[in-house]
Amino acid sequence: MIKAKMIKRQHESLLVDIGVPIFSILLAFIVSGLFLYFSGYDPGETFSRMLKGAFGSSYAVSETIVKAIPLMLAGLAVSLAFRMKLWNIGAEGQLYMGAFAASWVALSFGDLSSWVLLPLMFLAGFIGGAVWGFIPGALRGYWQVNETITTLMLNYIAISWVSYLVFGPWKDPASKGFPLTPRFTLSGYLPSFGDSRVHMGLLVAVVIAVLFYLVLRYSRWGYEIKVIGESQNAARYAGMNVARNMVLVMLISGGIAGITGMIEVSGITHRLQQDISPGYGFTAVIVAWLARLHPFSIIVVAFLFGALLVGGFGIQTFGIPYSIVLMLEGSILFFLLAGEFLRRYKIILVRKEEQ
Amino acid sequence: MDNVIAALLTAAIVAGTPILFAALGELLTEKSGILNLGVEGMMLVGAVVGFIFTIQTGNHWYGFSAAMISGGLTALIHAFISVTLKGNQVVCGLALTIFGTGTSGFLGKAYQGLPTADPVSKIAIPYLNDIPVIGKIFFNHDPLVYIAFILAIIFWLILYRTKWGLSIRAVGENPAAADAVGISVSRVRYFCTIVGGMMAGLGGAYLSLVYAPSWQENMTAGRGWIAVALVIFALWNPIWAIAGSYLFGAVEAMTFGLQIAGIKVSAFFLQMLPYLFTVIVLVVVTIKMRQDAGAPNALGTAYDREER
Repeated sequence: MIKAKMIKRQHESLLVDIGVPIFSILLAFIVSGLFLYFSGYDPGETFSRMLKGAFGSSYAVSETIVKAIPLMLAGLAVSLAFRMKLWNIGAEGQLYMGAFAASWVALSFGDLSSWVLLPLMFLAGFIGGAVWGFIPGALRGYWQVNETITTLMLNYIAISWVSYLVFGPWKDPASKGFPLTPRFTLSGYLPSFGDSRVHMGLLVAVVIAVLFYLVLRYSRWGYEIKVIGESQNAARYAGMNVARNMVLVMLISGGIAGITGMIEVSGITHRLQQDISPGYGFTAVIVAWLARLHPFSIIVVAFLFGALLVGGFGIQTFGIPYSIVLMLEGSILFFLLAGEFLRRYKIILVRKEEQ
Repeated sequence: MDNVIAALLTAAIVAGTPILFAALGELLTEKSGILNLGVEGMMLVGAVVGFIFTIQTGNHWYGFSAAMISGGLTALIHAFISVTLKGNQVVCGLALTIFGTGTSGFLGKAYQGLPTADPVSKIAIPYLNDIPVIGKIFFNHDPLVYIAFILAIIFWLILYRTKWGLSIRAVGENPAAADAVGISVSRVRYFCTIVGGMMAGLGGAYLSLVYAPSWQENMTAGRGWIAVALVIFALWNPIWAIAGSYLFGAVEAMTFGLQIAGIKVSAFFLQMLPYLFTVIVLVVVTIKMRQDAGAPNALGTAYDREER
């Protein structure tokens, strides 16, 4: 009789490292395709429309990049916290708080020149998000309050706060009742490449990714993050200040999510409004995980997910619900988690002696 | 004034019931050592499946049953990944929430805004219902309110007064020891995770069939997460979960009541209340009770026999 047996892997396997994410995406498409098929849609047509929507024209590609930028930034933001096993799922709220703070600067000091205004907006965006990351970080670091729940609850509060502003005190009287603030002055616009919608946020994301890579790989602090992520007790034993590092990491994670918000209002909407993010903060979790928290992989994976979002918007016009994108995202993550198993265990077939 | 308070408390119990179902489910799951953060997703799946089945069959009870089955099946994914494949439970829970949000949105597209069949009728409990004030608040509800309350007590009895409950707790506290005395750790964890999902599904269906009653995309609005937080406030005790759920119900009912009363506060601030309240209570309870008081020792960690 032949029986499957699992044994622990001694060495990492490159084949599995690369194969698992690719197969996860493929399998997720197969599962969602079946789902579409049984709901009466044509999966082949749906997916080819998505592909066309994301890459079919130069405009499509530029939209894919536009959507990838916030995913890169938010993905980098959450990946930093995840490295320390801090489950920051509040990037969405941190993004909104960053957008709020940056918009406040843009709307209050609009007559400054770009060279002054944009850095100030960056700073404000960072601070807005950082405060929203600091609160759960400090609660977790010093009082062990579960950060998963606090970060999530703070999302709802931040989104309500922005809604309050754009429906209330910040509403543009000229907006004919729409919940929008006035447009920023031109100096509050993040420059774009040529006449496309792709903006400098792309460079910001790449710079932050490089910084992350260098800090995590070569600095003492990067080493501390790694040790704390692996074992808090070991870190304490080695004399590292775990609580302070947790607060710091959550603060920076929140700050970068805040910059994501700043980039969106300054580069895309040019004003504060309700739906500045279609859930970038949540998709970022998947991006970070699929990239195995590696900064450069996050840039690449964010691009794929940007395509998924743009493709998803595209199929709505053909009457296919956008929710299929969330199903795809969720399934990719399931397969990825299942695939982790193959990274740790080998499955071998053994002949079992008949008794 | 008395009438207003009585109405508020009645509404609190109704608003707290879906959270109570979900929190009880999550509590049981966590007792066995599995952390399932996908409650929000399972509630949404339950809400939409319950709604669709009720519309199609014209019978709420088919709807509630289907919701429970769908919640259980969704939880099965979590059980497979976290128990069998020993995957990361936090990330899997998030995946479940995203997946559940997508699946429910997809399935419910055609049902958005449709009315349900007749509302679930209320059952006044004879005699008790006649007690002044209290009778109206506690004993004149739809049957699910009573079911949630009774289930909380049953859960407590099972967990703390039966051998079965002892096994569940043993698996959550010290799986290696439980394994050594012949309890199947995986079987217990699968069971608790699936029952947890069924309860979340039922909680979701309560929202779409009784509380709302209609299907709206994302209609749980964070209640699944509040249920997860509630397990912590309740210190993993089902009886405390009753009090906690009704307290949350009260905050929600108050939010609604204040809006109707035309209070001069922006509706957006009122909307923040339940979430703000969750954070504050979580902080107070965590600090007061010392960290993780009552949390099962092995919560969130996979059990590997070879790593004992």
